[in-house]
Amino acid sequence: MISKEKVRELERFALKIRIETIRAIGHLGFGHLGGAMSVVEVLAVLYGGVMKIDPANPGWEGRDWLVCSKGHAGPAVYSTLALKGYFPLSMLKTLNTPGTRLPSHCDKNLTPGVDMTTGSLGQGSSAAAGIALGNRLKGRNNKTFLILGDGELQEGQVWEAALFAAQQKLDNLIAFVDYNKQQLDGYVRDINNLGDVRAKFESFGWHAREVDGHSIEQIWEAVEAAGEVKDQPSVIVLHTVKGKGCSFAEGIVDNHHMIVNEQQIKESLGALEEILAGEVEA
Amino acid sequence: MRVIIAKERVREKTEMRSAYCSSLIRLAQKDDRVVVLDADLMKSMGMVPFMEAFPDRAFDVGIQEANMMGVAAGLSAAGMIPYAHSFAPFATRRCFDQVFLSCGYARLNVRIAGSDPGVTAAYNGGTHMPFEDMGILRNVPDITILEPVDSVMLSNLVEQTLEPYGVFYIRLLRKNAVKIYEEGSKFQIGRAVQLREGSDVTIFATGIMVSEALKAAEALSAEGISARVVNIFTLKPIDREMIEKCAEETGAIVTAENHSIINGLGSAVAEVLAETLPVPMERVGVKDLFGEVGPVDYLMKRFELTSEDIAAKVRRVVERKSSGRD
Repeated sequence: MISKEKVRELERFALKIRIETIRAIGHLGFGHLGGAMSVVEVLAVLYGGVMKIDPANPGWEGRDWLVCSKGHAGPAVYSTLALKGYFPLSMLKTLNTPGTRLPSHCDKNLTPGVDMTTGSLGQGSSAAAGIALGNRLKGRNNKTFLILGDGELQEGQVWEAALFAAQQKLDNLIAFVDYNKQQLDGYVRDINNLGDVRAKFESFGWHAREVDGHSIEQIWEAVEAAGEVKDQPSVIVLHTVKGKGCSFAEGIVDNHHMIVNEQQIKESLGALEEILAGEVEA
Repeated sequence: MRVIIAKERVREKTEMRSAYCSSLIRLAQKDDRVVVLDADLMKSMGMVPFMEAFPDRAFDVGIQEANMMGVAAGLSAAGMIPYAHSFAPFATRRCFDQVFLSCGYARLNVRIAGSDPGVTAAYNGGTHMPFEDMGILRNVPDITILEPVDSVMLSNLVEQTLEPYGVFYIRLLRKNAVKIYEEGSKFQIGRAVQLREGSDVTIFATGIMVSEALKAAEALSAEGISARVVNIFTLKPIDREMIEKCAEETGAIVTAENHSIINGLGSAVAEVLAETLPVPMERVGVKDLFGEVGPVDYLMKRFELTSEDIAAKVRRVVERKSSGRD
């Protein structure tokens, strides 16, 4: 069970992740906004309390690992890592600028705290399975978390890895599907429908559940429950909204990669900062 | 490097796959980071002894090469040293993006073995006959590409892949190779081996083409052509020094490979020569064709990979050299 206090703390953390992410994307004027916004709550839960981490020592072998297979959510991951102290917040404005350590898609060799290089969709699932297996072989008592996009589930490699992880009984692997129902070209259901994602994973031998992906409490409890599962990998389907919390992007079509102007950034940040201020007072 | 050249070129008693398996067992005994992966070809690759010796470090992922390469990358990220095998087309062409990004671009430490290269896929036919595997992987920055010619070289090279960090591709036939080197030979990755002295032309050969090149050189000597034979077993990084030296000393080059002439050994040698010391050159290899089914000797004739084909190219290049057309 998560305390009310912890929920509020993580909600504030999520707000800060949103603010920093919008600010970073706004700095350059374009970026993968939609899919970054929809994973904010899961990142807040993971880095705000669930994961065993040491920001001063990102390479600590006993840590919990995160593979953000939807690598284009990099900007949200970077904001989370910066807020946790892996690197200075000021670095966030270097996003996608020449020579940056914060590229569009996650890169383990550039960004302190990023555990795996991703960007070609589907590949993070196999890498996460390999990491979980390697950690088990090394006798480490840790978890590997994996964030998949919903559109990404159209890649066959995800299902290859799903079979493999179940066969290897990787109960140290916990995956999330950011089911925001949209992909670059439109709605997932119109392009290549996924149907019942939870049932699909269950039929692949996974422990699966679905939650409101913007509810800190529901995500936290689902992760806790997944942590107790033995001999099966777990997946938590996060029902989310693409662009969530960003006034000009939430729920609209064509919000995968956006060109944004100063006015939009100012307004959306203003709205979020107001909520954050209210949160602090309350 | 300390190389002992075999006096007689006979079919080896030890199969290449058996040498590969034994080498990996030795590595696994020495280093508990070593793990083996295969995509439903453990038995074909002769890996049962490894599976028996290290059941917890052998993973048959089933028929999913893309996942296997990603899992190998993940295992490496967690500190293991994976050796992943499939037939060469499926270990390269089938999962190039996984090898390129999850292994290469992510700067991980992965060894890939691709078996039955080129015509040695024989009765599996065109679908299984990679003339392009090395060419595809040559595009991965910093990859090391090795084609051991016999079981002695294979064992020595596999042993040397334990310590260095990076992505390695080992191209090998599974069955019995023609013996080129004696037991006890030590090789250096990236350094070619001169097998026969010669002054008119150099034949650079790799894999099963090494014995064909030696045969050609012997036949040519009766015609008064002195052909040097060099085994380039590391396609990448290529031994530039040896290529330049041979171009300078013999003034004519022939390459011989069981691979497409596009983007394989012939291309790699041509790239070096074009930039440094252009001399007349001819390439023996598969001429932009798909594979087909049949016995190896038939396929070698079909794709013009025999010692006679090499000899013909040598005569031609020597003629070009003496006529000064280049």
